Formats: sequence, C-alpha cells, structure tokens
Amino acid sequence: MSKDNQVLEELTSKEYEHGWTTDIETDSAPKGLNEDIIRFISAKKNEPAWLLEWRLKAYQQWTKMKEPTWANVKFPEINYQDVIYYSAPKQKVTPKNLEDVDPELIKTFEKLGISLTEQKRLTGIAVDAVIDSVSVATTFKETLGELGIIFCSFSEAVQKHPDLVKKYMGSVVPVNDNYFSALNSAVFTDGSFCYIPKGVRCPMELSTYFRINAANTGQFERTLIIADEGSYVSYLEGCTAPQRDENQLHAAVVEIYAMKDAQVKYSTVQNWYPGDKEGKGGIYNFVTKRGLCYGDSSKISWTQVETGSAITWKYPSCILRGDNSMGEFYSVAVTNNYQQADTGTKMIHIGKNTKSRIVSKGISAGHSQNSYRGQVHIMKRAEGARNFSQCDSLLMGDKCGAHTFPYIDVENSTARIEHEATTSKIGEDQIFYCLQRGIDEESAVALIVNGYAKEVLNQLPMEFAVEAQKLLALTLEGSVG
Amino acid sequence: MLTIKNLQAKIGEKQILNGINLEVKPGEVHAIMGPNGSGKSTLASVLAGREEYEVTGGEVSFEGKDLLEMAPEDRAREGVFLAFQYPVEIPGVSTINFMKTAVNQIREYRGQPTLDAVSFLGVMKEKMKLVEIDQALLNRALNEGFSGGEKKRNEIFQMAMLEPKLAVLDETDSGLDIDALKIVSNGVNKLRNKSNAVIVVTHYQRLLDYIVPDFVHVLYKGKIVKSGTKELALELEAKGYDWIKEEVSVL
Repeated sequence: MSKDNQVLEELTSKEYEHGWTTDIETDSAPKGLNEDIIRFISAKKNEPAWLLEWRLKAYQQWTKMKEPTWANVKFPEINYQDVIYYSAPKQKVTPKNLEDVDPELIKTFEKLGISLTEQKRLTGIAVDAVIDSVSVATTFKETLGELGIIFCSFSEAVQKHPDLVKKYMGSVVPVNDNYFSALNSAVFTDGSFCYIPKGVRCPMELSTYFRINAANTGQFERTLIIADEGSYVSYLEGCTAPQRDENQLHAAVVEIYAMKDAQVKYSTVQNWYPGDKEGKGGIYNFVTKRGLCYGDSSKISWTQVETGSAITWKYPSCILRGDNSMGEFYSVAVTNNYQQADTGTKMIHIGKNTKSRIVSKGISAGHSQNSYRGQVHIMKRAEGARNFSQCDSLLMGDKCGAHTFPYIDVENSTARIEHEATTSKIGEDQIFYCLQRGIDEESAVALIVNGYAKEVLNQLPMEFAVEAQKLLALTLEGSVG
Repeated sequence: MLTIKNLQAKIGEKQILNGINLEVKPGEVHAIMGPNGSGKSTLASVLAGREEYEVTGGEVSFEGKDLLEMAPEDRAREGVFLAFQYPVEIPGVSTINFMKTAVNQIREYRGQPTLDAVSFLGVMKEKMKLVEIDQALLNRALNEGFSGGEKKRNEIFQMAMLEPKLAVLDETDSGLDIDALKIVSNGVNKLRNKSNAVIVVTHYQRLLDYIVPDFVHVLYKGKIVKSGTKELALELEAKGYDWIKEEVSVL
C-alpha cells in the first residue's frame, strides 16, 4: 500500500491549522506554584477572602496528593514549578462592549472563525470568549438578563453572584476529588458561569471558546452551570490552541448541577494542539467534568468530539441522584500520530429508575493510543436502574492501538445493564467501493468516518456538527494504510 | 471504446489472467461466461483497478486512454462502472449521501458545475423510477442489512446515477430470485443506448434471457477460449462447460 503511505505522509505533515499566536502584552505571574502565587492570583482578581481561603485549602490538599498513574497514557514527568499559573492579556480599561476590546483579540477570534461581531449579528449565539485566563467579552447578556439567565465569566460571577458561587462551587466536583481538580481549585483563573432560573428554557445555545495563548501558560478553567427546577439549557464549548513546542498543561473543571425536571445538554468540540507528527509538543488535557442530576427527573447529556491534545484524560460523568433522572454520554475520540487519549464516562446510579446511555466511538490512526474507560455503578437504592453502553473502536493502519476498559458495578438486582462493543478496521473494500464510484481516497475516509460517528455527531447542535465533521476529516485525512 | 490486448494479471503468486483479448464497441453488450475460477471476476476487478491484482502484461485502452495507468477513481470518472458481486456495507452513510458525493466529484473532474441538493434530488427521483427502487432504501445506510436483491438493485441505481460509458456487471444475477432478476435486468436495459456498452460477467445463462448479449465469450484458465453470439450461451446452458474444457485440452 505504498500509495496510501504516501498520502498518509503528505497529510500528516500538514501544519496545524490554528498554529499561530497573537501579540498581546501579557501580565503574568512568575513561574511556579506556592501560596504567594495563589495570593497573587486571588488579589489580581480582586477576590473575597472566603475564596482565597478556599484556594489555599485546595492547595494544601493538592500538595498531599499524587498524580494519578492508572490512565493508559505515557508522558514525561510534569514539573509543576515550571508552569506559569496566571497570565492575563493586558488591557487598560475594562471593556463595556465589543468596540472597547483590544483589536488584536478581535483579530484572534476572526482567525478562529468566530468573530464576535459576526456571531452576534448572524447566529444569535451568546459567546463568552476566554483568551488565556480572562474573559474579554460577553455578548447577549442583556437578552439573557431579561429571562433572569446569568451567563458570565467566572470572575464576574464571583463579584456579582457570590452566594450562588459559594453554594455550588465544589458541590459536584469536590476539591479533593482528584489531583487535577485540586490543582484547578487552587489556581483556576477564570471560566464561565451560568444560571438558568426556574422554569426557563434558554432560548439560545450558550457557547464558550477557550484558547491558550501565551507560551508556558497553564490554563485552568472552571465552569459552573446551575439549572434550576424545570429549566433547560444547551451549552457549547469549543477549543483550538496555537502551536507550541513545549507541552502545555490544561486542567479544567466543569460542574453541572441540575435540579428537579431540569435538562442540561453540554457539547464539546476539542481541538487543542495535538503536537507535531513526531509527537513533540501538544496540550496535556486533564479535565474533570461532572454533572449532578440532583432533582427527580432531571437529565444531563454530554456530547464530545475530541480530536486534539497530545494527551487527553477526561471522563465527563453523571451522578444520577434524583429518581427517574437520566444521564447520557456521546463521544467521538480521534487520535492520530502520537496522540494518546484515555477518555470515557462514569454513570453513578443512586436514585430509583435512573437511566443512562453511553455511546463511545474511538478512532485511532498513526501511532496513537485510544482508550475508552467507563464505569457504570448501580447503587443499592437504585431500584429499576437501566444502562445501555456501546463502545466501538475503529482502527486505521496497523501501528495504532484501541483499548476498552469498562467497569460495571451492580448492587441492586433489579438493574438492567447492556454492554455492546465492536472493533473494526476501515476496510480496503470500503475504500475501493468509494474509489470505484469516483470518490477520492480522502473523501472516502471522511465519508466512512463520519458515517461511523454519525450517532454521536447527530447529538450536536447543527452549527457544531458541521465543524465537527470537518475536524474529523481533517484529523484523519489519508490515515488509511 | 474498450480494447484489451493480451492482458495478464496475478494475485499474490497466483497467475489468473493469461492473455485476454477483447474489443468492445459503443452500443454493444458482451457476456463473459466460464466455469468457477476461470478469471471472470478477476477481469472485472482489474478493469476497475483493484490494487490486490498485479497486471503482469498486456494493455487496456479505454476511449483512447491507457486505462491501466489511471487511478481507480479516475477510471470511474472517465466512465467505467463496476456493479459489485458483493456490494460493500458502509454504516452510517446513506446511499443518497454517498451518491451525492460521487456525482459531484465526477462532475468536478469533468469540469461541470456541482449539483446542489435540490437538483441532485430531482435527478435522483427520475433515476429511482427508471430502476424501480424505493427512496426508503436509499435513505438507509449503504447496503447495511440489505437483502441480496436490494443490494443488486442499489448497484443498478448507482449505475443509473453515474451514467457510465462502460458498465461491468460482475455476477449481478447471483443471489437473485426471478422477480428481482427481472427488475435488475429491466433497469440495465433501460440504461442501454448507442453510446454506452455493457460487459456482463455471469456463470449462468438465465440472466442473458433478460439482458441479451451481442457477443458471448467463454473464459477458461484465464483466457477467452471461445467467442460467439447468444446461441453460444444457450449451448453452454444445455451442455455445461466440460466440452469447452475438452476442446481446450485437445489444443
């Protein structure tokens, strides 16, 4: 298959599309992590005393914890003292509207194809843009405000809605949940906050774009979404990051709190810089995402399309506490070259008649390693709980690996659990069938892969689905061997 | 249209085609018959450009161009269509989506404007009628869970959509009951015209009752050992292949 190899080489040598940096003066903390740095961050953000204390406590706990080693990923040891924990783009005045925003930042968004003005005018999506660690602009706040919806940067929420933040922060992902959540709790710099009041259906997709911008900057986002009784919100998160030679650390925490009858749909397209074709550079993505279906009949649905990062360590999970509550996890994880992904979900069934559904589609190409790791736990009280899991792996070429680690833990005999798994290879036959109809090899792979991932892509909001399809094709072009 | 001269091909170490000669002109229907393992499907695969087969000698010219030099997708774009003996399943991709991609890539290759969804659907409806296929089938994932008859009908639908100059039908009759066979043959007959040609590869005569060939060739041990008109097919049906084998061994 020399022709395939040629195409493979040609395409894998394509430069990362978003590999550029903007020249914005940054206002950074010195490298390293200690109590002084945390005080510096807290002071920079003008935080109340309780929050500083919260951070310091988290830091104390973190120092006693160890980096987890159970994931199926390998990387050189991270020197946590060699990371810059705070970097904010310098701005003379706080912007009140888009016109006041640094034009360099606006240009950055335009390159990413998410010009705020365009977004605002054309799509009706409220975008809370995060560059490095500070939110620079929030749109549609007024429209949302009329419905009582709060959608703002985490820092702003700390200032304006301290009671909500204080009550719910850490309620789904406790500080000491894991090594990275503890680290995040100590040093998080910004993120998004969202509150949907009782009975309100959020009329637009809420969206955040994260982007790592300054060299050697760790990015520690924190997102908190609270859906009050009977409310509904669909939240989109999209990531791209510029090319870097040194590995960058990203340890975010996302918490979702759903009350009675509330529904939250959280969609992610992740395209952090994956490193070059030799496996040099790339983002380390250690994320803790968890939703709590606190109230009866609440529902949380995670959809993710993971194409980037050198290393992905991520398990968006649901705790189904309320009776009749429901959790869903739809995932496509693509790895190419030397990328490593260990991703999956946890569904913890506590309430009666709780339901969960897991659909995971892994695609491995190049020399990459792709693991699904999932846990379904039916607790004693979870009478009539049901779970359906489907874990499929697609291999391209013969140098990559696909692994599946499902854990099932059942303490109630009325539970019904189904688990299906398949492993397949893109067949020469499938490719040839496409070629014979006049479809070139790249389009054939894109067609086959998108077909394979369709069940997950269908879960994404329209505008995201198109972007995700392009990303999948781009990540895998020519990877058949 | 198609000229095959002394074509030889092997798969792995096994030589299968040992010097095929064939001339196909526009408007003609050629039937290639022969016992199992005589190289019928190999010939179809080599014409379509399947990589597992290595051409070890001879030449093939299609519309004055060297077919063997072309990539498989370019052969398709130049107008060579293969109806597969075993159509491949592609989960999650509907026939409609698949055909839209194919039609537009071929149009691009030919320097024609691509079809938008509306015009594509218009063309599709017309062809659906022609080959008597239901849209529900075309909405489903390509060949996934299709019956044998549905798969073959879907191949003929694709042929209708792509309007090839040369269609090679590889054992299109295998696995079909008589009703399905009629529908499929009807479709092929409706698509025939003065400027296109069909090569029918088949083991049995019965398909040729419906798709009537101008020429019948018997393939044996990788060579065309006998050519004739449709009467030859009837003779084969009546007498089997043994007399051909004997004739060859005498030579």
